Amino acid sequence: MMARPARALLVGLAVVGAGIVVAALRVNQYVYFAGYVVLQYVVIATAWNILGGYAGYVNFGTPAFFALGAYTAVFLIQSTRAPLPVLILAGGLVSALLGLGIGYLTLRLRGVFFSIATLALSIVLQTMIINWEYVGGSRGLSVIRPSGPPFGSYVTFLFTVMVLLSVVAVTVARFIERSWIGRGLAALRDNEEAAECMGVPTLRLKLFATTVSGFLLGVAGAPFPYYVTFVEPNSAFNLDYAVNALAMPMIGGTTSWVGPVIGAVLLGTAQQLATVTISSEMNLFIVGVVLVAFVVLAPEGILGLVRRLRGR
Amino acid sequence: MAGTLLEVDGLTKRFGGFTALHRVSLSVRAGERFGLIGPNGSGKTTLINCVSGALAADGGRILFEGRDITTLAAHRRTRLGIVRSFQIPKPFTSMTVRENLGIPLEYAAHARSQAGDADAEAAEILRTIGLEAKAHLRPAELTQIEMRKLELARAMAARPTLLISDEAMAGLSSVEVDDILALLFRLNEQGITIVMIEHIMRAVMRFSERVVVLDAGERIAEGTPAEIVRNPAVEKAYLGE
Repeated sequence: MMARPARALLVGLAVVGAGIVVAALRVNQYVYFAGYVVLQYVVIATAWNILGGYAGYVNFGTPAFFALGAYTAVFLIQSTRAPLPVLILAGGLVSALLGLGIGYLTLRLRGVFFSIATLALSIVLQTMIINWEYVGGSRGLSVIRPSGPPFGSYVTFLFTVMVLLSVVAVTVARFIERSWIGRGLAALRDNEEAAECMGVPTLRLKLFATTVSGFLLGVAGAPFPYYVTFVEPNSAFNLDYAVNALAMPMIGGTTSWVGPVIGAVLLGTAQQLATVTISSEMNLFIVGVVLVAFVVLAPEGILGLVRRLRGR
Repeated sequence: MAGTLLEVDGLTKRFGGFTALHRVSLSVRAGERFGLIGPNGSGKTTLINCVSGALAADGGRILFEGRDITTLAAHRRTRLGIVRSFQIPKPFTSMTVRENLGIPLEYAAHARSQAGDADAEAAEILRTIGLEAKAHLRPAELTQIEMRKLELARAMAARPTLLISDEAMAGLSSVEVDDILALLFRLNEQGITIVMIEHIMRAVMRFSERVVVLDAGERIAEGTPAEIVRNPAVEKAYLGE
């Protein structure tokens, strides 16, 4: 019997390995193109869930964190043409700082008021970017991809990068969930006052959750400029990110790291299929219908549904 | 003062223009059973919130084991050994009864001393309190008295030196009140100092060695239960003139 962390590491490596194999197969380019988006949502949903699912603070400002990661990358591409790993790390760190700031909001704002504040944050940030010419302002900016990617096309390369980032995000979420941090977050989600009175350092844990969540959302956004090659505020701050980041964990189940992964894969794939087969406008419609169905019929998501069926 | 565990010195708390506590002082001795009574709105719960750290005091000092804790965060006070239960039970609803105890064991009790066997400790507490059969249920499946017991069990899991019981018996039948009282007596015998806030006079008078009476945010009397029932100021506060 192998130790649990070792087994988790092995599974993670296997997923990355499988990603590289898929990349090496050089199937239809569209597969990588769509796969990237689905994987990006695995990272986003997982990151969102660390704050929204574990700690119970619903963040409507996902676009702010995602776009901050993307625009940090744009800034660095413009100024220094920094390599991709640097962009990802920097995007994550800048968004982590924003997360830390949001964390202090939780001192005064709880429940729906916190959510409204995060939504407002997204709008404020978008306005700032619109007025910043260096990163393209409202017109947007074309980004030229570096030449000579390791795997044929650059999109294929970005696909494998996203596989790796997904594994990292899920590993982080799983670690938090199973550690004392996750148990403390669950306690404060259930009742913040009681948690504090039982010795849980609620503020410190909330700051940790908002920072890590912000970091991973920024990480998800950092490769975005190279993926789309044309960055403009409306796509980077798209409301889709806010809705999907919330809907995917809700559909999968918010109490476990598996939930956001299931939700992102199912919903993300459905959206990609609908985009090709029906129309790109169907995206949010699907999310809306599925979300309403789940909130009414299975409020604890697919995981809760499975648990209920097993219980019988 | 030797043997003083908790010292509240000139505590003042205002909510806007309303003064909820006005220069309240009291001291609780180590090992004591201490009663805190007063009519509705007299400031009992506000005082407890200030002592446990849920509210910041506007004036005065709070000392615990001789240390000034006036500005300490609530979770740090819990780790020092000041643990409260809530008037309205506030269980961790997504966790089982056993897991509810795990939080204070991990965050308070074991943060202080070196880690023990959390499972064994939780089982022992649940046995003491009579909830061992419910260990794997969620709080929503408990009855009212079981919920109160969970509240106390969770407080015990934090390994308190000073346990503040905020109306643990409100709404219970007289048999159930006796049940909780017996439990608190047993905890006190184990060396835990207990501050009881209670409306049920029969319970608080039987339990307490010393009682302090609050009225409109001020301390109006202190004494043994026998002295308190004969005190005219107390009678006036409760019944009017």
